Amino acid sequence: MSRDVTTSQEPKYVVEDLIAEDIDAYLDVHQHKTMLRFITCGSVDDGKSTLIGRLLYDSKMIFEDQLAALEDDSKRVGTQGQEIDFALLVDGLAAEREQGITIDVAYRFFATEKRKFIVADTPGHEQYTRNMVTGASTADLAVILIDARKGVLTQTKRHSYLAHLIGIRNIVLAVNKMDLVDYDQATFEHIVADYRAFAKEIGIVDFVPMPISGFKGDNITAHSRNTPWYDGPTLIDHLETVEVNSAIDQSKPLRMPVQWVNRPNLDFRGFSGLIATGTVAPGDKIRVLPSGKTSAVSRISTMDGDQELAVAGQSVTICFEDEIDCSRGDVIAAADAPPEVSDQFESTIVWMNDEALHVGRSYWLKLASQMVSVTVLEPKYKIDVNTLDHLAAKTLELNEIGVAEISTDKQIVFERYEDDRPLGGFILIDKMTNATVGAGMLHFSLRRAQNVHWQALDIGRKHHAGLKNQKPAVLWFTGLSGSGKSTIANLVEKKLHRMNRHTFLLDGDNVRHGLNKDLGFTEADRIENIRRVGEVAKLMADAGLIVVTAFISPFRAEREMVRSMLPDGEFVEVFIDTPLEVAEERDVKGLYKKARSGELKNFTGIDSPYEAPETPEIRIDTTSMSAEEAATIIVETLLDGN
Amino acid sequence: MKTLTHLERLEAESIHILREVVAEAEKPVMLYSVGKDSAVMLHLARKAFYPSPPPFPLLHVDTTWKFQEMYKLRDRMAKESGMELLVYRNPEAEEKGINPFDHGPLHTDMWKTEGLKQALDKWGFDAAFGGARRDEEKSRAKERIFSFRTSSHGWDPKNQRPELWNLYNARKNKGEGIRVFPISNWTELDVWQYIHLNDVPIVPLYFAAKRPTVERDGMLVMVDDDRFPLEKGEVPVERSIRFRTLGCYPLTGAVESEAKTLPEIIQETLLTTTSERQGRAIDKDAGGAGMEKKKQEGYF
Repeated sequence: MSRDVTTSQEPKYVVEDLIAEDIDAYLDVHQHKTMLRFITCGSVDDGKSTLIGRLLYDSKMIFEDQLAALEDDSKRVGTQGQEIDFALLVDGLAAEREQGITIDVAYRFFATEKRKFIVADTPGHEQYTRNMVTGASTADLAVILIDARKGVLTQTKRHSYLAHLIGIRNIVLAVNKMDLVDYDQATFEHIVADYRAFAKEIGIVDFVPMPISGFKGDNITAHSRNTPWYDGPTLIDHLETVEVNSAIDQSKPLRMPVQWVNRPNLDFRGFSGLIATGTVAPGDKIRVLPSGKTSAVSRISTMDGDQELAVAGQSVTICFEDEIDCSRGDVIAAADAPPEVSDQFESTIVWMNDEALHVGRSYWLKLASQMVSVTVLEPKYKIDVNTLDHLAAKTLELNEIGVAEISTDKQIVFERYEDDRPLGGFILIDKMTNATVGAGMLHFSLRRAQNVHWQALDIGRKHHAGLKNQKPAVLWFTGLSGSGKSTIANLVEKKLHRMNRHTFLLDGDNVRHGLNKDLGFTEADRIENIRRVGEVAKLMADAGLIVVTAFISPFRAEREMVRSMLPDGEFVEVFIDTPLEVAEERDVKGLYKKARSGELKNFTGIDSPYEAPETPEIRIDTTSMSAEEAATIIVETLLDGN
Repeated sequence: MKTLTHLERLEAESIHILREVVAEAEKPVMLYSVGKDSAVMLHLARKAFYPSPPPFPLLHVDTTWKFQEMYKLRDRMAKESGMELLVYRNPEAEEKGINPFDHGPLHTDMWKTEGLKQALDKWGFDAAFGGARRDEEKSRAKERIFSFRTSSHGWDPKNQRPELWNLYNARKNKGEGIRVFPISNWTELDVWQYIHLNDVPIVPLYFAAKRPTVERDGMLVMVDDDRFPLEKGEVPVERSIRFRTLGCYPLTGAVESEAKTLPEIIQETLLTTTSERQGRAIDKDAGGAGMEKKKQEGYF
């Protein structure tokens, strides 16, 4: 089908008349414009560059000399025959011009009456996940391009996943090249239905689909006559009116990472930074993290005079009523709603360097204005961006994404990335080369919250235990699936019960029926599962009980986390040491078989590691004793210790 | 709820960048070319550190061929902002009398590219602010805000650090430098609007006035001093002109205009059909990839 570049659709957002007739009125309109940053993503040949070129062209962001150069280039290296190749407008660097591909993130600008737009043009090649994540990190919205002839492709899924991962909640599904499918409604609807099914899987709850042609200009600035069946917004309409996050950001409690302390003389001491969330006004009570010191805002100082209010997104300098310590890296927060402080986190990491992640090596971590040393533990898994499967991983290579625990050498002030990008997003820097090697998002702290103040209670744990005449403990069973944990734990509880001890057995399945029924079997959920069980075990120990738990709990870090929750000596790690061959041979639930056949992924011992305890309080070799004997040893050891 | 305008968001971003560099670099400097982009950058720096003066010097890499009015504004702004002004002229270029009339591309090469490298080395600056914008030119659209230079000042477009969120990695090895572009995301129109709204002082040459001009290679060139080699019998013509961009006066093309106020300039900018850098000869070298090549060699 021949593609004809002429379009009858006049760009409607060029207000040249107003510019010519009343420049002051025009300027007034433009002074009140807002800004939207978005990314375009699509596969090679989906027409990204053409679409952006079209947006620039229609908004008259192309000048005459550029247009002349464009026409010239189009004839020389263009891919549209003698027609104008809009893509040439935006493909920048010499190397890629020759190859005809976009290889990096490029930023483009255009404006309408209502908004200024910054477009991150990101590549569709597999090896450039890094660039897409980079472009998406500052975007409020993503335009996912689909070639109407090809429908939802693996790449489409990948781009959607990445956009969602980085926290973009405004998704436009632009079904492009509609001119090449004769503007067929059924084709469009079929693609949208396909996409909807997939989007749901990855948690995209909402998106705006539209049938367009970047090449011909359909539904870009004006409703196309070629798609009378489509009554949704045009691309520009949508981009101009979609809500950006500023209202949400401002409604959150104040967070301002301190960049620089301004101290020109003894009379002035101000703290400069970009407000991440919330608002601030003179008189507001603030708390400086991590120190926790409080004061109130005395003034917001600017070159244009003091301000009465500053909001998220503004760079300000604020002064306090009291002389309290505050320096670069600290976070100024609402006094009554401070953020958390921690040094161990679960995070998602995108690796961006040719040299793979070195587990255990020390990197710099920069989060807001905080710079600390960090080590990354072995990833729990990596994510196949094409299938979204979780795969076992020892490290992360260039363009791989994984979930891993990280541990910093100092406590840092943070928020969950989902709640607050500026305080939840970080970069990793190689200490030798100084290259930015990775980017990450914090999900949660692996330690208890530092800022919850304990309510003092008159009846404490000592009283509870005293009444029961026993020393509380948590017998934490760990071992492979099928190692015999549950069998032995059950026997142990029976023995203790017979001895009039107050006990409680926390069983994996039972807990998942109630307390943890919202959790699945992803790694994150498994960690949360253990964390909650740890908390419950701790409460029960506080109540004076001897708690017996039986969970695989394969990772040392989580077991150590639970240990650290309890007073010294109350956490008794019981390692049910059954070799893999033996456990696999037993295979009571048939799970090993499924794991070997690939039906079950991330199965401990098969494709997910089991980190055996190094110095457990009790080690049970099940190949050399019966369950009954094991239970006796455990009970004796426990009571001996008391 | 307060809705921030695009200019407020751009301003906040630029100020954030300026402060990050001051916090993390050892010895920053601001390259001050006296043009409108430099003017906005300087204004942002004054806002960023107010009430302190910006804690770094201004560096003017001089070619001796700038417009007279540029030198005047340069000295005035340094004084007003309370900043130290460093002026550097490549001694070799000075000695050889390199000029735009006799030496063509060598003029830019020696005075600007070489001069800049020498100046940064001389004072040991490890971070230099520049007023480049991504909308100016295609290769700049892909450059990072923090752009690393090797110890020989080269730029490798394929080996840039990823820049995520507003987290900038300013760490570098000994001898390496960073060029930082705080107004990367501003367009020409943004710059003009900001100047308008904030009364930022700019060189009067941006406003139309009657000035002596001659035509050279299809460009209107202003005869700013008596070093201009007029051809035999040639008499400069008084035309109402202004400049959209300012550099060395013999290399900078003027446009005929009646725009005497900022709104008129903005009006003209919006209605114009010729892009900004077109007035400069530099982009035309080496075909479409001129600027990219220049940057790899160390041009700002």
